Amino acid sequence: MDQTLSDFGTVFVFLLLGIVFVVGGYLTARLLRPSRPNPEKLAIYECGEEAVGSAWVKFNIRFYVVALIFIIFDVEVVFLFPWATVFKQLGEFALIEALVFAGILVLGLVYAWVKGDLDWVRPQPNIPKMPVVGEKDR
Amino acid sequence: MSTSLNAWSDALSGFSPAGLPLGLLIIAAIPLVFIALYALTYGVYGERKISAFMQDRLGPMEVGKWGILQTLADILKLLQKEDIVNKEADKFLFVIGPGVLFVGAFLAFAVLPFGPAFIGADLNVGLFYAIGIVALEVVGILAAGWGSNNKWALYGAIRSVAQIVSYEIPAAIAILCGAMMAGTLGMQQIILQQQGEYGFLHYFLFQNPIAWLPFLIYFISSLAETNRAPFDIPEAESELVAGYFTEYTGMKFAVIFLAEYGSMFMVSAIISIVFLGGWASPLPNIGALALNDWTSGPLWGAFWIVMKGFFFIFIQMWLRWTLPRLRVDQLMHLCWKVLTPFAFVAFVLTAVWEIYVK
Repeated sequence: MDQTLSDFGTVFVFLLLGIVFVVGGYLTARLLRPSRPNPEKLAIYECGEEAVGSAWVKFNIRFYVVALIFIIFDVEVVFLFPWATVFKQLGEFALIEALVFAGILVLGLVYAWVKGDLDWVRPQPNIPKMPVVGEKDR
Repeated sequence: MSTSLNAWSDALSGFSPAGLPLGLLIIAAIPLVFIALYALTYGVYGERKISAFMQDRLGPMEVGKWGILQTLADILKLLQKEDIVNKEADKFLFVIGPGVLFVGAFLAFAVLPFGPAFIGADLNVGLFYAIGIVALEVVGILAAGWGSNNKWALYGAIRSVAQIVSYEIPAAIAILCGAMMAGTLGMQQIILQQQGEYGFLHYFLFQNPIAWLPFLIYFISSLAETNRAPFDIPEAESELVAGYFTEYTGMKFAVIFLAEYGSMFMVSAIISIVFLGGWASPLPNIGALALNDWTSGPLWGAFWIVMKGFFFIFIQMWLRWTLPRLRVDQLMHLCWKVLTPFAFVAFVLTAVWEIYVK
């Protein structure tokens, strides 16, 4: 039997060691720590106020926009990494290919930019206008 | 001093982890890992001391001389702290979140070369693997934040994830520029190309004037990816208490902290590998003064890469007390409208430089 490790085998050993460390840490702490729960301790921490409702609610749509734009560019970068290792041997042709490829995506970025999807939508404060007493006298 | 270190270096040069039998490797690795993790917790001590000196304070002074044992005391304290899981939390996600965070940060260390022969796994896709596995952090943060069922935690987690995935783009393109300069993704090959008798002049940063642009882009993005100031709104103490780890106590909190300091060292190491030659000595050979030859070797390699890593960690800590925190819309503006276009410019310039100029 071959007893040496391949490279990804070593990565797997690291994975196991990481898990052993976390689980070992939790178990050690479990042996040492006290456990005296009470309703106050188990309540959600909200700076001393009683929590109102659950935190699992809909959150702002703008985070999805960020995620969508991210996925597009991330996939692009994934494709460019293998290219980066060989483009010097392939020369000019590979350069132009990659520029066309990146160019289309930059065009997408420009489109999203012009459409305003890259702007972080700031909530507009709704400040009611009040008539100021004695404004005319000034 | 240097001769004894060189003798040690030569003795160690035959050591290659990948060639050892599996059982022996694991037995040898366990104490090493725990020593490394303990060293990592000294990041906390370092940060407290550096912050203190920058603010004209003394920092931790009580435990041991100059508070040097403070970290040990912190670990012992955190081990004894009660583990509180609030009753409305998603127990599974809450427990698994810190674990995923830590394992993600820890796995990246598998490809970190500490010297010519001292590397966990010299993958031929090492660099790609490193930036990929560090991104696992996002899953951990989201699990921790969502599992807590706490509004602060959820807000912190979502801000953090949005920030990390956004800055991943300029960071990845900047690293891509480094990979293009090297023409390989293997960590050791990238460093070997930056090693030579002229020391630091062989580093990509000094070989290629364009390299400064991806270097700066990656440094700024790495601050955001590790949630460091000025990009620390996910943990903004003044508004979100502590961000995604608001509900965590005891050992789980410690694990999250370890993961944070681990990824801080990781991004610092990546930046020094890609642009500053990793374990390659910065000292040049000057005539009879063969400074480069004297300061090269396995132990010196570990010394140089750790020093370069510490240097960048020091800058990260320094920036925390220098720059004010960015607002969330400024953060997104900087990422998508400044860094990403500049990263593409760097990409095109590097490609053109490599094909036509070099």
